[in-house]
Amino acid sequence: MTSINLKPQIATPATPPVATPPTPVAKAAPTIIEDAVLEVRNLSLWYGRTRALTDVSLRIARNRITALIGPSGCGKSTLLRSMNRMNDLISGVRTEGGVLLDEVDVFGRSVDPVELRRRVGMVFQKPNPFPRSIRDNILYGAKVNGYRGNHDELVEQSLKRAALWEEVKSDLKKSGLALSGGQQQRLCIARAIAVAPEVILMDEPCSALDPIATLKIEDLMRELAKDYTIVIVTHSMQQAARVADYTAFMLSDEQVKGRLVEFGDTQHMFTTPRDKRTEDYITGRFG
Amino acid sequence: MTLNTETLTRSASFHANIAARKMRGNIFAALGLLSVIIGLAMLVVLVGDVLNRGVPWLSLDFLNSFDSRFAARAGIKAALYGTAYMMFFTMLVALPLGVMTAIYLEEYAPDNWLTSFIQINISNLAGVPSIIYGLLGLTVFVRWMGLGRSVLAGALTMALLVLPIIVVATREAIRAVPSSMRDASLALGATKWQTVWNHVLPYAMPGILTGNILAASRAIGETAPLITLGALTFVPFVPRDPLDRFTVLPIQIFNWTSKPQAEFHDLAAAGIILLLATLLVLNSVAIFLRQRLRKRF
Repeated sequence: MTSINLKPQIATPATPPVATPPTPVAKAAPTIIEDAVLEVRNLSLWYGRTRALTDVSLRIARNRITALIGPSGCGKSTLLRSMNRMNDLISGVRTEGGVLLDEVDVFGRSVDPVELRRRVGMVFQKPNPFPRSIRDNILYGAKVNGYRGNHDELVEQSLKRAALWEEVKSDLKKSGLALSGGQQQRLCIARAIAVAPEVILMDEPCSALDPIATLKIEDLMRELAKDYTIVIVTHSMQQAARVADYTAFMLSDEQVKGRLVEFGDTQHMFTTPRDKRTEDYITGRFG
Repeated sequence: MTLNTETLTRSASFHANIAARKMRGNIFAALGLLSVIIGLAMLVVLVGDVLNRGVPWLSLDFLNSFDSRFAARAGIKAALYGTAYMMFFTMLVALPLGVMTAIYLEEYAPDNWLTSFIQINISNLAGVPSIIYGLLGLTVFVRWMGLGRSVLAGALTMALLVLPIIVVATREAIRAVPSSMRDASLALGATKWQTVWNHVLPYAMPGILTGNILAASRAIGETAPLITLGALTFVPFVPRDPLDRFTVLPIQIFNWTSKPQAEFHDLAAAGIILLLATLLVLNSVAIFLRQRLRKRF
């Protein structure tokens, strides 16, 4: 687990691709996602009277990692939290358009947000294990969702998948809060996996971690992408470049709040962005 | 002095006067210390006087006897039992009502003007003079509901009195639970109630208990509403059921201090020691629990 998976291989913003401009023909054609688990369709969102998202449309590829990048306040977290309706918890939120999970609108009447959130799990910016044992942290989601299987097996499987088992197997009764930051975040990922979600949303999961812990989480994400669809919000363009198959660049300005500027596969996005603003952002000219 | 000329000319417009500034600080510190000493001295004199007069009277007989016309035979049994009975029913009513109100207001109530209106008024109720509650209890529980001047009427009145304190304290305890815990639980597909029951309440529990204990200790010391209600001053029996008449520690103390014989005044001091000890124990438990809450997050 120590090798760093540098896929896709691209130039870092320190050596901007603009320096050696590709021929105009090299501009990538719009990326088409064939097998989408989630589809955001013309989504607009308001917090009270403040608009946060404007007409966002985006397809999230199955068993791939999609990164949402953009400067602070561009609406990327809001978009992420729309996908499992965590925004519902904030009063005064209003949406237009839809988010489709396997063709079903998650805002529709037939969808209960409680069931939705089991299928679309979430890992938060700051590791937030419950102040309970590691074991109880894993089992909580299973218990509230009426899991009937073997508890020990579930704990072991989830921790193994989150690459935490070897570090904690000797003391599963230890409090989740006694772990290091990076371990706590992997515990939170294990906890999310334990309820067998289809999609895992990660809201800047490494922003509170040191570089080593960050790399571990990134390796883990590449592993998990074999079975899960991952959507990650990140401030770090390097992180998006390292882990994401697809990248969406969002932007807010005075005229339009929270719009999707460009979406494409990560390699093209970072080498031959179609939009001037994307290019400016990834080369570090603003944001 | 190794100041260059520029600094010298600039410093000409300052009057640093550090000595005077420090002096002012020292004066303030001295005044503060004096205030502390005055408060402490009063406390020492009071407690010293009470201990001096009361301790000789403290004995098992004192705890085990009913009131009497003769100081030597008088004891505090009726008041002790009365206080215990009343507090039991007070908390039986106030704790669930208060905690559930707080949970509803914090976790479920929509964020609108009505909720804020209710919240402001609950906070205001905590400041209403206790005698007003006595009048309310007299009208509603003693007269309308026909409970008489009973333990139950007293307990219900006290429950009303401490309810706002419990609600406010519980709400603060609930609010101290980080929202990241709620998010974590909800994001795993837990319902709101599962989240409240499994996380919010257990994490807020030390704070909730602290609030309830402080509320209880407030109720134990209250006299005015029970006097308004008409609790007895001379009670030579232990209440047999919730509808029996009763007295409580502060009323018993009040009764003894109003007698002309000096022995009864010493007896009152013994009662005060008992009351103070109870309150000290309750408050220590509350402080202990509060410390535990601090350690958690």
